[in-house]
Amino acid sequence: MSATEGLDTAVHHEEHAHHHEPQSFWQKYVFCEDHKVIAKQYLITGIVWAVIGISMSVIFRIQLGMPDSNLSWLKPVLGQWISETGKLDPNFYLALVTMHGTIMVFFVLTAGLSGTFSNFLIPLQIGARDMASGFMNMLSYWFFFLASVIMFASLFLQAGPAAGGWVIYPPLSALPQAHPGSGMGMTLWLISMAFFIVSQLLGGINYITTVINLRTRGMSFDRLPLTIWSFLITAVLGLISFPVLLSSVLLLIFDRHFGTSFYLSEIYINGEALPNVGGSPILFQHLFWFLGHPEVYIVLLPGLGITSEVIATNARKPIFGYRAMIASMLGIAFLAFIVWAHHMFVTGMNPFLGSVFMFLTLIIAVPSAVKGFNYITTLWKGNIVFTPAMLFAIGMVSLFVSGGLTGIILGNSALDIQLHDTYFVVAHFHLVMGAASAFGLFAGVYHWFPKMFGKMMNNTLGQIHFWFSFIGIYLIFIPMHYVGIAGFPRRYYQFTSYDFTHKFMDMNMFITVAAILSFLAQFIFLYNFFRNIFKGETAPKNPWRSNTLEWTTPIVPGHGNWEGELPAVYRWSYDYSKPGAKEDFIPQNIPYSQTLESNFPHENELIATEKEIEAQNFNDQFNAAH
Amino acid sequence: MYFIIALVALVFVVLTVVVVTRLQDVLKNVKKPASADEVPSGNSWNGAMFIVIIIAAAVGITWSYMNAREHFLPIASSVHGRRTDDLFWFSMGILTIPFAFVNFLIFFFAWKYQFKKGNKASFYPDNHKLELIWTIIPAIVMAMLVFTGWKAWSDITSEAPADAEVIEITGKQFNWIVRYGGVNDNKLGNYNYKLIDAQNEVGIDLSDENSFDDFLNPTEMHIPVGRPVLLKIRARDVLHSVFIPHMRVKMDAVPGMPTKFWFVPDKTTADMRAELNDPNFKYEIACTEVCGQGHFSMKINLVVEDEASYKKWCAEQATFLQTYPEYLAKVPDNLKAKAMKGLPADTAVPADSAKTASTGGGIGTSAALR
Repeated sequence: MSATEGLDTAVHHEEHAHHHEPQSFWQKYVFCEDHKVIAKQYLITGIVWAVIGISMSVIFRIQLGMPDSNLSWLKPVLGQWISETGKLDPNFYLALVTMHGTIMVFFVLTAGLSGTFSNFLIPLQIGARDMASGFMNMLSYWFFFLASVIMFASLFLQAGPAAGGWVIYPPLSALPQAHPGSGMGMTLWLISMAFFIVSQLLGGINYITTVINLRTRGMSFDRLPLTIWSFLITAVLGLISFPVLLSSVLLLIFDRHFGTSFYLSEIYINGEALPNVGGSPILFQHLFWFLGHPEVYIVLLPGLGITSEVIATNARKPIFGYRAMIASMLGIAFLAFIVWAHHMFVTGMNPFLGSVFMFLTLIIAVPSAVKGFNYITTLWKGNIVFTPAMLFAIGMVSLFVSGGLTGIILGNSALDIQLHDTYFVVAHFHLVMGAASAFGLFAGVYHWFPKMFGKMMNNTLGQIHFWFSFIGIYLIFIPMHYVGIAGFPRRYYQFTSYDFTHKFMDMNMFITVAAILSFLAQFIFLYNFFRNIFKGETAPKNPWRSNTLEWTTPIVPGHGNWEGELPAVYRWSYDYSKPGAKEDFIPQNIPYSQTLESNFPHENELIATEKEIEAQNFNDQFNAAH
Repeated sequence: MYFIIALVALVFVVLTVVVVTRLQDVLKNVKKPASADEVPSGNSWNGAMFIVIIIAAAVGITWSYMNAREHFLPIASSVHGRRTDDLFWFSMGILTIPFAFVNFLIFFFAWKYQFKKGNKASFYPDNHKLELIWTIIPAIVMAMLVFTGWKAWSDITSEAPADAEVIEITGKQFNWIVRYGGVNDNKLGNYNYKLIDAQNEVGIDLSDENSFDDFLNPTEMHIPVGRPVLLKIRARDVLHSVFIPHMRVKMDAVPGMPTKFWFVPDKTTADMRAELNDPNFKYEIACTEVCGQGHFSMKINLVVEDEASYKKWCAEQATFLQTYPEYLAKVPDNLKAKAMKGLPADTAVPADSAKTASTGGGIGTSAALR
């Protein structure tokens, strides 16, 4: 293929003069500092967590959809949490809801998505040997692993894991006497979260440093693929907002164990008036959502970045409005910091603040709309190849738009009065942040699997997996909006206590059936993924005929990613179907001087700068003395 | 309705059949090398699926919506509730347009521009005019929605009118306690969380004379129709949230930070029973902030009645002091005469009653727990 020929002529092959000591098993696969291995560690851990997290949701969906069913068959797994009569324990129901939220938001969609692809793609797509600090990168994964172990251990406590909702609002989370889940389970939750935040900060600093400092020659910011832009912005968001969660978690630990009153005031519980006065539970909510809202975008932006890349590649078209895409991501990221209180319209916060936050919140719809329309225009007049990655990317855009639109309702404080904490909210954020990001994750796995493992996943199984998941997601969450409009509150163990929730039994059962079937469909993916790591066909060098630099590396890139010199970059990554070009793609490392037939006039002028670009080589750690 | 479940099962059965047939293709095509000109594997059926889905979705969503709407909340029973309902359906109406339009374009373009042999995608990297259009149009629509929403929000959250009936509702694990100002002064007395015990569940401060005629009700809230009602909302232990679905009322109850919400109910319970043709209809108050094990059943009924029946009901209630005369011991001596007024003449205050009350309440009795 011409892409590889281009590489051969553009890059001078040199025997690189480094000899590496043979690495032990531990160095190579466990405490490894290679970004590709760390990415795989993140991915596998994320997948394990996803199976646990989604299984939990299936259990509580059964409780909600079939409240009369006998759950004795779960006794071998859940033990004491299933009563003699086969009923789920109400406290454990809350624990399941809490752990599902925590696991999916933090461990799957933050670590599993951003951790995997930031680590894997940043060095490969900007043309770097590795991350700025491989050691910090390794630490980042192992802090995450430690957080995972602690959170996992909390599932087996006698009193159960944390159970106050994933937002852990005090005083419920601060008072062990208020709820069994606020005892040791909450302590472990807080410790685990503290380690998780350390992991995120180590990772984030690394991503930012790497993108800024280690871009290869010619890779200016306006030639970065949108994936890298999204990872960079995500890392900045995390770096600013996670420390706030850390401090709120620390203050909560103080309240729980050292008798402070940051969040506690005038409480009478279990026949005892507590001495704490002067604190404010609302303070915690402000601090929590100052992270919590950017967190939504920390989860979503990498998905949007991956989608941009996958859609452009498989529509065989340049992404429409490259600069507008960057600008809208920057806009979303900025606004993400000043909308947090829209989660708190009915907490008793000053109504004037509510007005301000409503206004700011609805502005976010504008850059989001720009992104949506840009994706659609990218599809327009394309030559679309439905790889599984492409299907998931298209599905992601659909979910992002459908889920985002109901956000306009919820961001309106007057309408939020009725809908706050109902299933309308649950449906909204599962579509826009849960499912959309998960689809971004799937798109990324299908697209970069060949680069990760040097093998191909099965195309047809991937396509089937997509249709089950896509249809399943809509079958779950469209009816859930109806349940929300009827006013069903979330986090209810069952709906039998109230007359106004004494309807939609069939609808809840329907949602549960759809959820179970969608869950089962994910096993198609697991089979496809794990089987083909070992037994897949060997991948070609550039299976999707893509422009970005990672496809110029060997099929299984070794330590340092490129043999010989790092590639130089002469163009942006979206030269697909360029008029006059021989092929329908021109990789970033092909100089304009080799594509005279397809250059635009301003690109011909750039030919003069090519010598200058080639002469630079300041970022190659392998060429620097060490 | 098992019909819907049958339907979804059918969808999955059809998909399964597709899976099986496709799998056979997979097995056949395993070794075929892919080249640039060949139609990628599965491209045509995936393209067709987008059209199938868009039709199925249009039918499914319309049908399920028509089917489900009878179960949406009935017409609101408060003045502001009808306003937010109108706003909600208006916004939903507006948003349905981009929902249908954008999803249609995504699916239609995916099908229309699927890979065709010899076809080349058009190189169309940007168009500033288009970007400007789809920045400005959403901005204008947003501005409109913000403005209407903001007007409604500031009216709803404005100060309650002076003639509002003030009622206090306190959340605790796991029930609500309602307190009224009483028939003599109709003013709520002070409270202090340190005075809470098994009987004095909301910490009424009996050194305040306004509290002498206060009465509590842990099972029912009564409110008059056609007049503003101001709820003063408190929580004793953890966060709760007062949710009156039919009134479109929701406000968190926060320990240490009293909140409030006012509204004008304009349909009595009897009106609603007639309207819904359901003689058992009851307004309900629920909790919507997770508060522990009993969160899902923290219910109290709400009775909306005309002014006369409301007044009558209030007059029939025993004040807190009438129910627990031993608390007279906590009334300062100079106010004892006033506090004794509503009490039966023979209620002599035992000298040691204060002690009994405090020791009795200090320990977590069953009343405090549940």
